[in-house]
Amino acid sequence: MLVIENLRTNYGAIEALKGISLDVQEGEIVTLIGANGAGKSTTLMSISGAVPAQSGRIIFDGEDITKLPAHEIVRRKIAQAPEGRRIFPRMTVEENLMLGAMTADPQNYDRNRDEVFELFPRLKERRSQRGGTLSGGEQQMLAIGRALMSEPRLLILDEPSLGLAPMIVRQIFEIIAKVNKERGLTVFMVEQNANQALKIAHRAHVLVTGEITLSGKGAELRANEEVRAAYLEGH
Amino acid sequence: MEYFLQQLINGLSLGSIYGLIAIGYTMVYGIIGMINFAHGDIYMIGAFLAVIGFTAIGLVGGLWTPLAVALVLIIAMVFTAAYGWVVERFAYRPLRGSFRLAPLISAIGMSILLQNYVQLVQGARVKPISPVVQGGFELMERDDGFTVNLSYMQIIIIVLTLVLMIVFATLIARTALGRSQRACEQDKTMAALVGINVDRTISLTFVIGAALAAVAGVMVTMYYGVVDFYIGFLAGVKAFTAAVLGGIGSLPGAMIGGILIGLIEAFWAAYFSAEYKDVAAFSILVLALIFRPYGILGRPEVEKV
Ligand SMILES: Nc1ncnc2c1ncn2[C@@H]1O[C@H](COP(=O)(O)OP(=O)(O)OP(=O)(O)O)[C@@H](O)[C@H]1O
Ligand SMILES: [Mg+2]
Repeated sequence: MLVIENLRTNYGAIEALKGISLDVQEGEIVTLIGANGAGKSTTLMSISGAVPAQSGRIIFDGEDITKLPAHEIVRRKIAQAPEGRRIFPRMTVEENLMLGAMTADPQNYDRNRDEVFELFPRLKERRSQRGGTLSGGEQQMLAIGRALMSEPRLLILDEPSLGLAPMIVRQIFEIIAKVNKERGLTVFMVEQNANQALKIAHRAHVLVTGEITLSGKGAELRANEEVRAAYLEGH
Repeated sequence: MEYFLQQLINGLSLGSIYGLIAIGYTMVYGIIGMINFAHGDIYMIGAFLAVIGFTAIGLVGGLWTPLAVALVLIIAMVFTAAYGWVVERFAYRPLRGSFRLAPLISAIGMSILLQNYVQLVQGARVKPISPVVQGGFELMERDDGFTVNLSYMQIIIIVLTLVLMIVFATLIARTALGRSQRACEQDKTMAALVGINVDRTISLTFVIGAALAAVAGVMVTMYYGVVDFYIGFLAGVKAFTAAVLGGIGSLPGAMIGGILIGLIEAFWAAYFSAEYKDVAAFSILVLALIFRPYGILGRPEVEKV
């Protein structure tokens, strides 16, 4: 479904991605793990078109989307809940969801919103509250809900567990697994919480300073000595 | 008392015009964080289009007045909006992402360019038009014969401003365009990620601000009956002061700031000195910047992220 070939991305003189290749198949949960500064967010922002690729190709459903601007990529049904959640702080929960639905058919709005409220009942209670005043966990729910409002076929998540209490993290991972299973939604997820991520992921890639060093099934990587030593111990 | 009432009416009319111009400053600041110094000149172009429009209508034998005013308003708004669009597209957009002062310098350049352009094609002399709307109500009379007047023109200015404000506030609060506009103000990258065309939204902001300034330009032309290529500067600085006073970035703030500046100017001219009425507005700007830099309705920059 998504194929990345030899993708390079630079920030000025900094080479953030040194030619990575990976793929995500329809219906999978794929996770990308790696240390701080490895280039995980850069990978996701490149897919979403928010950071321009230097060279290489990003292909989605057979279409080369490498050069498309961000607002066109959402229309290809790729939605991202970015790092730090980036909720619109001075808009209500519902307005944030409306913005998420920008590119979707307006006729489906009520149904999609009710589905999001069903996944995250907390958001329903807070629908008129301003995004900036939500708790971290609620903001993450809203970020995922907002992404779902665009009726994506590929959902991209950047560190959904960042800074959240273990109980909320578990809840969020459960919901990710649930939308994947029940709706067949394909998920590509970046995580530092590798243990949890590898549990629900079908496949995983390890990114080290801009290069993919290891790829395999989620369970395999969880058993891998190097991965254990680098990303799992202490978690 | 009668004298006071008269100044109140004058100040409200003037303030409405400043408020309409101030919206353009505050919207552009809100979305791209720059002061569009050419905005006053955009307003001046609106005023000149009004002169051209009314003169042309006069030449072909005139029209029923409300129709003439509506026609001139539409023409001025469309053309002025086009100027607003062009200025953003060619003078500011290429500089986005460049150092912070670059668009500001470009804006000052644009302002000078527009003034010289109008001076060149329209001449440096004051352009008059024959009065379009005359007459009004005599509200009360003092013993010494002083009368309080509310002219039809003042009614038009205040009512039209009020209507535009309501339409505009609804647009920003309730429509998809308004939501996109606010989203771009708050986080452009995220706005793009949900599918908003950020460049187009910024263009539209300039277009809307210019159209409102055009309305102000048409009103001023009808109110005073004269324009020249230099009116944009003073009106621009006062409207900018209004935007700062109201809280730059805040739309109701721009309107309130505009009304306040209009009132201050009218009262100052009436009770102190007409020559120094412009000084009043700027003293207010200085005081506002010292004591309440984020304005009446503005919010301090600190914010929970
Ligand atoms: N806007 C930017 N300008 C310059 N350099 C950047 C920018 N964004 C990221 N970088 C650099 O690119 C590299 C990869 O950053 P990226 O954000 O993709 O890492 P990450 O794997 O997501 O890290 P983290 O786990 O901390 O989120 C880092 O060295 C970072 O400093
Ligand atoms: Mg990151």
